Amino acid sequence: MTVNDVVKIPEFEIVWQEEDRQVTSVFTCDLLSICMAKAPEDSAWVTVMGNRNVIAVASLADVSCVIAAEGCSFDEEAVEAAKGKVTLLKSPLPVFETACLVHQGLV
Amino acid sequence: MEPMILEYTVSADDFSGAGEASGDVKKTLKSLGFPPEVIRRVSVAMYEAEINMVIHARGGKITVEISPDEIRVCCEDVGPGIPDIDLAMQEGWSTASDKVRGLGFGAGMGLPNIKKYTDYLDIKTVVGQGTTLTMSVAV
Ligand SMILES: Nc1ncnc2c1ncn2[C@@H]1O[C@H](COP(=O)(O)OP(=O)(O)O)[C@@H](O)[C@H]1O
Ligand SMILES: [Mg+2]
Repeated sequence: MTVNDVVKIPEFEIVWQEEDRQVTSVFTCDLLSICMAKAPEDSAWVTVMGNRNVIAVASLADVSCVIAAEGCSFDEEAVEAAKGKVTLLKSPLPVFETACLVHQGLV
Repeated sequence: MEPMILEYTVSADDFSGAGEASGDVKKTLKSLGFPPEVIRRVSVAMYEAEINMVIHARGGKITVEISPDEIRVCCEDVGPGIPDIDLAMQEGWSTASDKVRGLGFGAGMGLPNIKKYTDYLDIKTVVGQGTTLTMSVAV
């Protein structure tokens, strides 16, 4: 599965799109220290945080995309920071259901 | 071969900019062709130290020394210092404010993560004067 497949999931909305890349797993967490240490490379990261620091962590952990679940949005600073770095999506669904939708594409 | 030296200033309370220094080091290590696992360990550890300087110590200075066999990161601040290092090293222990927690930080995992991801860690701290954290990752 690639990010282009994730952005095609009808429930999701694109906030910012980067070049396509592989998605090999899905990861959910909101505490940045845990995400930083545990988010697998090439994962789709589902979170309810939408600040600029999420982009820094996403980029350092090298995840494929960040999905703001539960109807949360990325703030302007975050979207600005994501440019050249990482694809951002939004989902109105809860974290678990959002992650499940990605997971369905992985199995 | 002389190590490559990178220097960064981390500004106080700059939550938005935090991570820039680590991001830059990551990019540099990538372009130099270091193994992904080494890059990840340096990035995680340095980001945690960078964030700590922002949230606990009014910013500071980071020096990175890149050699073929080792990446060394030295983080110096003139913040409040750490009164009890053993306590600070414990997973989950944090003095972060609610505001900081609201941003997703303050899990009390920073120092334990740094310890876990580096091969060498030394913390010199004097209460009221500041903290110098030196860490290195072997290649
Ligand atoms: N550079 C620093 N200056 C002063 N205190 C620090 C510094 N770094 C860490 N600390 C102290 O050690 C505690 C634990 O740090 P850490 O494990 O990174 O957790 P967190 O940053 O989430 O609180 C902090 O809450 C803080 O009290
Ligand atoms: Mg910390």
